[in-house]
Amino acid sequence: MAGWVEACGVDDVEEEDVIRFDHGGRTFAIYRSPDDEFFATDGYCTHEKSHLADGLVMDDIIECPKHNGRFNYKTGAAKGAPVCVNLKTYPVRVEAGKVMIQVG
Amino acid sequence: MATVKMKRDYSLVGESTRIAIETGLASAEWYHTDVPRKTMKELMQRSDGPAIRDTIIWIAAILGSAAGGIWFWGSWWCVPFFFVYGVLYGSSSDSRWHECGHGTAFRTRWMNDVVYQIASFMLMRNPVTWRWSHARHHTDTIIVGRDAEIAVMRPPDLLRAALAFTGVLDYRYSLPTLLRNAFGNLSPGEKSFVPEMEQHKAVIAARWHIGIYLAAIALALYLWSFLPLVLIGLPRLYGSWHMVLTGLLQHIGLADNVTDHRLNTRTVTMNPISRFIYWNMNYHVEHHMFPMVPYHALPKLHELIKHDLPEPNPSMWHAYREVWPVLIKQLQYEDYFLKRELPPTARPYRDEFHELTVPAAAE
Repeated sequence: MAGWVEACGVDDVEEEDVIRFDHGGRTFAIYRSPDDEFFATDGYCTHEKSHLADGLVMDDIIECPKHNGRFNYKTGAAKGAPVCVNLKTYPVRVEAGKVMIQVG
Repeated sequence: MATVKMKRDYSLVGESTRIAIETGLASAEWYHTDVPRKTMKELMQRSDGPAIRDTIIWIAAILGSAAGGIWFWGSWWCVPFFFVYGVLYGSSSDSRWHECGHGTAFRTRWMNDVVYQIASFMLMRNPVTWRWSHARHHTDTIIVGRDAEIAVMRPPDLLRAALAFTGVLDYRYSLPTLLRNAFGNLSPGEKSFVPEMEQHKAVIAARWHIGIYLAAIALALYLWSFLPLVLIGLPRLYGSWHMVLTGLLQHIGLADNVTDHRLNTRTVTMNPISRFIYWNMNYHVEHHMFPMVPYHALPKLHELIKHDLPEPNPSMWHAYREVWPVLIKQLQYEDYFLKRELPPTARPYRDEFHELTVPAAAE
């Protein structure tokens, strides 16, 4: 299917955590929720260019390491200052122990 | 590399702003001590427990000292109660504002927000504009023309710094700013760091603050007593000294226009009472390097990365003794600053990043 790429293995991401995935000159963040589901968003905070993969995952929230801006990583919704612009999310599926995201 | 010497322009829309953006000092990538992700995750973990405990103590102490002050109002016995009340209202509010603004004090967001709003009021700070100015302070710490929270500019205005201990400056600057905001007016500087979609919130917040002050004045007139104003507003005059005593040390006398918090920020060892009032913000290098770490985990973070940081000042007295001669020299030569020595175990300062901007380092 168009645009699907392998981002990582399922064991590469701990539960309630996030890792960085670079592909095609872009940076993504791959999340594993506390209930063991995977999600993907753009890798940079929409406030300032900071890697969300260095941030903290709490339930369904990712908190940016630079200014503590919070997003719901499942929907991309910005949860208040200093982030005002939503995060772009990407479809994710798990196949044979691999986390695939649709970047196209 | 050629060095352009010019007088510092601290406005947020001036020549220094332009230069900071053009040279890449604005929104730069900053130095961080390496900490394994697993360890950092543990340090970043949020918990409501410590902040709830501390906030219960804080509110109980505020209410208790206020009650004592009211009870003994009219006699000298009210003075020690208002001394305590003033510091809790006028100084400890700053660290609560700060930690809750970062959203790190409590795990639960609304708890951070409630304490943030209360503390902002106590500080005569617009909760909206100051949230954004503090984000800028973390992006561009002590970058001239970018950082809206540089407490002592160069050359240092020592009279102004001294007056800050009395809280008079809040009435000279903060209150008029709130009034201006309440009338719907944000300055060009404020507009430079508050996004347009948030600016109306700053106006609403300012109106609430001014409304509460007006209510306190009305109550004072109705009761024909200063007591309501001694409880609301005036604590900035008699209680902000501790906030200034601890807060000034964060960056004063150190480098500006650098991208390494070890060069422009100071950690100071303090007594436990000051650390409670200040909520561990004496670990200030650690806080700036890793703002995600809650106040209660900063001592642990300090132990983990101290091999890579300048040695902390062992006391506030030591820090001020270190700073004073630097300030005196800056009166004549504003490029002078204190470059703090790193231990042998630390990664060296990245001179290649700083030679443009720190040509006159004093060690």
